[in-house]
Amino acid sequence: MNDSQSILKLSSITKKFPGVLALDQVDFELKKGEVHALVGENGAGKSTLIKIISGVHKRDGGSIELKGEEVNIKGPGHSRKLGISVIYQEFNLVPYLSIAENIFLGREEMKGNTVINKKEMYKKSRDILHDLGINLDPDTMIADLGVAMQQMVEIAKALSMDSDIIIMDEPTAALGENEIEELFKTIENLKKKDISIIYISHRLKELWEVADRVTVFRDGQYIATHPISETDKDLLINEMVGRELKEQFPPRKAKIGNKILEVKNLETKELLKNISFSLNKGEILGFAGLVGSGRTELMRCIFGADPKESGKIMINNQEVEIQNPQDAIEKGIGFITEDRKQQGLVLVRSVRENISLTDLSQVMNGIVLQKDKDKKLAEDYIKKLNIKTPGSEQEVKYLSGGNQQKVVLAKWLIRDTRILIFDEPTRGIDVGAKKEVYSLMNQLAENGVGIIMISSELPEILGMSDRIMVMNHGEIAGKLDIEDADQEKILSLATRE
Amino acid sequence: MKIFKNIKDSLGKELGALTGLLLLGIIMTLATPYFLTLTNLMNILRQSSLIAIAAAGMTFVIITGGIDLSVGSVLSLSSCLTAGMMVSLGWNVWLAVLLGLLIGALLGILNGVLITRIPLPPFISTLGMMGVARGLSFVYTDGAPIYGLPDSFKYLGAGMVGPIPFPAILMAIIYLISYFLLNKTKIGRYSYAVGGNEEAAILSGIDTKKYKTIVYALTGLFAALSGMILAGRLDAATSVAGDGFELDVIAAVVIGGTSLSGGRGKIVGSLIGALIMGVVRNGLNLLLVSSHWQRVILGLIILLAVTVDVVRKQSSEDQDGTLSAFFAGLKS
Repeated sequence: MNDSQSILKLSSITKKFPGVLALDQVDFELKKGEVHALVGENGAGKSTLIKIISGVHKRDGGSIELKGEEVNIKGPGHSRKLGISVIYQEFNLVPYLSIAENIFLGREEMKGNTVINKKEMYKKSRDILHDLGINLDPDTMIADLGVAMQQMVEIAKALSMDSDIIIMDEPTAALGENEIEELFKTIENLKKKDISIIYISHRLKELWEVADRVTVFRDGQYIATHPISETDKDLLINEMVGRELKEQFPPRKAKIGNKILEVKNLETKELLKNISFSLNKGEILGFAGLVGSGRTELMRCIFGADPKESGKIMINNQEVEIQNPQDAIEKGIGFITEDRKQQGLVLVRSVRENISLTDLSQVMNGIVLQKDKDKKLAEDYIKKLNIKTPGSEQEVKYLSGGNQQKVVLAKWLIRDTRILIFDEPTRGIDVGAKKEVYSLMNQLAENGVGIIMISSELPEILGMSDRIMVMNHGEIAGKLDIEDADQEKILSLATRE
Repeated sequence: MKIFKNIKDSLGKELGALTGLLLLGIIMTLATPYFLTLTNLMNILRQSSLIAIAAAGMTFVIITGGIDLSVGSVLSLSSCLTAGMMVSLGWNVWLAVLLGLLIGALLGILNGVLITRIPLPPFISTLGMMGVARGLSFVYTDGAPIYGLPDSFKYLGAGMVGPIPFPAILMAIIYLISYFLLNKTKIGRYSYAVGGNEEAAILSGIDTKKYKTIVYALTGLFAALSGMILAGRLDAATSVAGDGFELDVIAAVVIGGTSLSGGRGKIVGSLIGALIMGVVRNGLNLLLVSSHWQRVILGLIILLAVTVDVVRKQSSEDQDGTLSAFFAGLKS
């Protein structure tokens, strides 16, 4: 292995999306046979960089050098031809085809021009799998494989294309402990074949087991690159966060009032067990926990979007029956979902139509919609929340993430919402818009709204909450007052088996 | 200035289909002297009214992201039952018509219930209903047409108000009502929301099941009305009436620019779509083009209309430069 030989070099790469500068003149260099980790918070620009390397996005500036030659990557197909493969978190496999058919999908081995040479494909597949140290019949259907094996098939696919650069996006996110070990062995194996790997992960700890070097991005900018042996977790976190919590989270005068919501012994069929907690007026109650710990499920259940098995929900000390979202909304609950594009907004309709969707009665006269009232309502909130849009008639899909989030917020503010649930309120929006969302949350709390905030970003939990609930495997694993809470306490509660 | 802009904007959305209609009109006028006469134009209106009225309902369904394949069968069953009430049972015409329309609406409600409560995909549910309603129509009539309808009933399909055919007036009324429902009431607003993003609509507190059912009921009702008009015009109700009608209706809606993926569409577009089909059929008849070739030409027009729509949409989005890349980013 030649340590100094660079296989891929990106210089001053810039990428703009409407309203967001996703990458601002970043550099990145990958050496032959190395595992180069890329870390950063959500929105730091890692995914965008990968998409530029893999040809999904076109860069707006900068240059890409591959094996010493400047290249212009035209699209995903071109990138693959150049020897670059990406293994996304969501695998690109066809579930009801066999391993071999998946490995050679679109590049089938042929007998003559028309007949697929199954034998040859199976033989080659078996060789590659064997090479990876996997004993699997290439005839096995993908749907019958576990996540870890599907990932191996993706790696096999990359190898079959003679890729010498493999990009892995959060490869360990869905794997168990043993499977991770297997993956690391495979990666070691790939390195021996002089294959270079760009390794993206949120799990910093594992980098010291697998990576050679690490590069940190923050808010679309390149921060630093270190040999892994010359850095530690604290240093990386510092570089990733890069700012004091105080700067990021605007201060708030908490005026905590009476109990507004109480949940008692709530359970669902699948996941939630014996959930009890309460929320006060003017309070921001943070919900921390790992993905899959049941936070979103709990909120959907309270909101009436999913059925509960047993338990009580009390609002203002009175038991309420919530069968569906209509009931919840009538009782003054609002829900800002995690995925605003899939669940929060009607993307193909206008800002105006989206905002009034939760309460058309305000803009109606009898059974007749009043367009001017509707428009005025939308314009009021565009102004109040500083939503950047050419006008109230703009289709929501053309707005940036932060502004879309404000439209979702407006939907609930037009009603007299007393309890507002935020599920990952700042996911996928840029730093400036984040601050605005935080300020709005603070304002709402100051006005006496009770706020529940689910967040997977610990700084956000610590910076915004008055109290913190930590969930783990469908249960409340712990309750922390903000004065006693720190990242370690939360993490240990969230990960305790 | 602002008024001009408003007119331009609202026309702009319909401009593709409207231009097509005018262009076709000009071509037909040049091709045959029989086209641009009052009698012929009124004839076109009469012929188009059937498809146009059912297309008004279908527009709602398609905007919600659904489809209704049963309109042709519903047309047949409701008109046969209405005819039966009048001819065999001797019931009052108005009562029979009212009950016939109600039957159409009920069949639509049944569609809506299957689609929202089980839930079945609209394609399957209405495909089943298509078979059931058509079959019942055959069972009831034993395949024989019902003749001898009362004159007052025939007026629905054949009557004239001055120079204007009565069905054309019904068509105008249906479109006024539909325009109002789609643009000025919850039914319309929620149809757009459900078709654009059903999950978001549910989480906004909208009773999506109720509104979807209403929309299928509306389609059934309008299809039944089309059935009355057809029976009135032919002076017969038959179990084979409206065979393939659903495809003409869907074609009219699609030519009018409503997106089959839901969330977008305009009621006026569907009217223009139905008129385009009427003008083409009429013009080709005047030019003595065989009905076989007419099918080919109508098929091509559907392809052309949707192609123009798709291309126009693409080019307007590309003008904004980075938008296509932006969408690639959204999907991830």
